[in-house]
Parts: sequence; structure tokens; C-alpha cells
Amino acid sequence: MRTTPFLLLGSAIATPAAAGTVTVTIPRLNVAEYHRPYVAVWLEPEGGGPARTIAVWYDIKKGGNEPGTKWLSDLRAWWRKGGRSLKMPADGVSGATRAPGRYTIPLPRDLRPGNYILNVEAARETGGRELVSLPVAVPNGSGKASGRTELGPVSFSR
Amino acid sequence: MKSLAPRLLAAVALLAIPAGASAHRQWLLPSVTTVSGTDSWVTVDAAVSNDLFDPDHMPMPTGGIKVTQPDGSAGEIRNAAQGRYRSTFDVQLDKPGTWKIGTFATNVSGTFKLNGEDWTVGRRRGPPPGAGAGGPGAAGPAMAGRPAGPGGPGAPNAAPARSVATVADIPAGATDIKLSESISRNEIFVTVGEPTDTVLRPTGKGLEFDPQTHPDDLVADEPAKFRFLIDGKPAPGLKVTLVPGGKRFRDEEGAQELTTGADGMIEVKWAMPGMYWLNVTATDARSSTANAGERRMSYTTTLEVPAP
Repeated sequence: MRTTPFLLLGSAIATPAAAGTVTVTIPRLNVAEYHRPYVAVWLEPEGGGPARTIAVWYDIKKGGNEPGTKWLSDLRAWWRKGGRSLKMPADGVSGATRAPGRYTIPLPRDLRPGNYILNVEAARETGGRELVSLPVAVPNGSGKASGRTELGPVSFSR
Repeated sequence: MKSLAPRLLAAVALLAIPAGASAHRQWLLPSVTTVSGTDSWVTVDAAVSNDLFDPDHMPMPTGGIKVTQPDGSAGEIRNAAQGRYRSTFDVQLDKPGTWKIGTFATNVSGTFKLNGEDWTVGRRRGPPPGAGAGGPGAAGPAMAGRPAGPGGPGAPNAAPARSVATVADIPAGATDIKLSESISRNEIFVTVGEPTDTVLRPTGKGLEFDPQTHPDDLVADEPAKFRFLIDGKPAPGLKVTLVPGGKRFRDEEGAQELTTGADGMIEVKWAMPGMYWLNVTATDARSSTANAGERRMSYTTTLEVPAP
């Protein structure tokens, strides 16, 4: 696998006490109709237990009869694991959808050290859905994985 | 002639029965079972057919459909319409939690003798002479609403002529009364946000679904545990049939038959993601109706099993 250069210094300095940083890449896709994907990032304790949502990107501005929350359940794994019990918008967790590119997300400072499964799920209107999971050790571990269609490289580092 | 309303109700109950009574399967197919956001709706197809979920035989009447809101109170269906092969209706899901939508039908049918002649009670009669099998006459509410009673043997083409609609219509002087009670449920579950259990609470009457795995919390790579109760008690030894939809796109039907254990439980391993039709029937002699020697019970639901 290609080594991904990490450009995390800015984020690491801004939040020195973060329990680690997740990097998520949204690939640029050559499709006729493109909409930015809904993305959820969450951690599950390795031995099972309640999931903790780190980030959710959805169409937070769309209101009316069909508000942006209508398609949150398209992130079906996240929805079942914990999304359905979150009230949206969620402080420090939810945000607008992102354009293709690479994004860094600091893990919450109060995250307890331990082994987790990091999950990143993306679902795109008129497009596909993909889930990338990798085991991570908080706070000192590192790891990387990659999606094939809706997600690019996903990594975790201190 | 008695008032029309009870007869229409009986007609609805009769039409809502066929799941257990014939090879055809009665089904409700929700457009969605897991909903996020607010002001969502579910639209439901309702039909009777052999293959799931292909509407190609008869629409299911919507008159007997009841909605139970997540708090247990009654809701309503909207935009009901009946097509040639299927009915459709909508439910506005304006409260968070798990909704129950479906039919609960009880019926008593049987035979008796009056002045040496054989009579039937509450029997669903076949199509009138001249109507082809599956013809429009077979499905229309007009069929079951046809007047029939001891005072007048009904329309000239009614068959059999000696028939009454309900037990209450059995005339004094009838002898050899043999009745059979049927209780059937056909329900679907739709959840807004987090699943809740209020609508799943057993009533203790007849054959009921007591899922240990919430019906809107299924996923293809995890087995589900469902328990079945009769009169509120675990029902062992029942055969439960599960049929995945979409047979047109594969060779085998893919049905599985599971038998409930001593605790009334089955564990289902899903062969693939998709919509599944579940049906279980039971027969016993514990009818609450006087003179009813047999009680037939049926439970049907449709389950959505998402991919992991």
C-alpha cells in the first residue's frame, strides 16, 4: 500500500490533548451526477460495547419537508450502531458535507485509552455506500486502511 | 335484514383471513422500515400472491388495517387505494419509535343443521358461478357482503345457499353446531429513530410474535431470535416459514422452515439481505367461543434484513 504523507501538525498542535487523529479521504469521482457523500466516523470498543460517534457530515442546511436528516439512515451501519440514538445536530460531532479531499479529525480528549475499531462509512446520493474499518489502539497506536469506491485512504495516528 | 355495518365488518374479517387458508400468501410490503429525520412517511403495498413480493393475484383490502403508534395509541392509514393486483396506503410517521401496522382478524366459521338441512356459518365462499378463478368478482368486497341468512337464502347465484354470516345469525332450533375459530395477524413494523417495544407487547390472545431481536434491528450477518406465544405462553413445536422476496431473480425459492424450541424460540440465520415474509400457523382446541372445537391461528409479518 502506498504510504500516505501525514499533514497533521496543525491539528496536533491545536489540540495537544487529543487522543489521536483520524484522517479521512473523500475521493474525487468521475460520475455524471455527483453529490457530496454523507460520512460518519465512529469508534466501537474492540470487545463490544456502545459506539461513540466522532463525526457526522450531512446536509445540515436542508430543511422543509425533506430535511437533510432524512438520509442519515443511509449510513446504515452507523445508524444501527449509534446514529439513531443521537440528536442532530450534535455539538462537536455533526457538520456539513465535505467536498473531495483529505480531512483530519481529532479524537475527543476524554476518550479512554484502549483498543477500538475505527469505522468510517460514506453514502452518496445516486451513488454507492462503503464502510472502512480498522483496529486502532488509543492513544499510541497507528494504522491505515483504504476504501475502494466511496472512500479513499483512512488512517489513525497519534 | 340486520344492519349493514356488522356484515361489512364480518366481510372485512373474512377477506383478511386467506393467508392461512390457501396456498396464496398475504403480504404487506413497507417502502421502508428504518427511518431517520422528521415528517417521514411509509407507503405500503398490500396484496395476496404466491411469489413474494410480486403483486400478480389479488389486492388485500385496506379496511381492516390498523395502525398502532409508538405510544400504543391508534393511528390511521392515509391515501388508501385498491388496484387490480395490490392495494397501497400510507402512514405518516410523525412520532419517534416503533410503529405497528397491520390486521388483526378473528372469525368463527362452521356448520349446523336446521330442520335436517346442512347450513354453514361465516364461510368464505368461492367466486360466484361464471366468474373465472381470480376474476374481479373474487376480490371485490361485494362478494362477502352479499346478503345471506335464514330468512332468505341470499342471491340466486350464492353458493351454498344455506349460509349465515356470523354465529349471532344462527337461528334458534339449530342442532349439531360445529364451529371453528380463527385468529390471524399480519403486521409490519416501522421505526423512526431508536426502536421501542411498546407495540411489541403481547396481548395474551392467540398466536403472537414476541421478538427477542427487535424486528427493525436486523442485519444479514447476525442471527435473530424470535419467540412465538400462544395466549401469552411460549409455543413450542410450531413450524415457522421464512421466504425471501425476489424469487424472479434467482432459481430456488430460498424458503426456510424452522421449528420453535421448548421456549417457543427460533434462531434465524439470514441467507442474504432483503425483505423476508414470515408466517407461522397453529391449531388447538382452546377457543374462547362456545361450541368451537377448533381454533386456527396465523401470524404473518414482513421483515427487512439490511446488508451489514
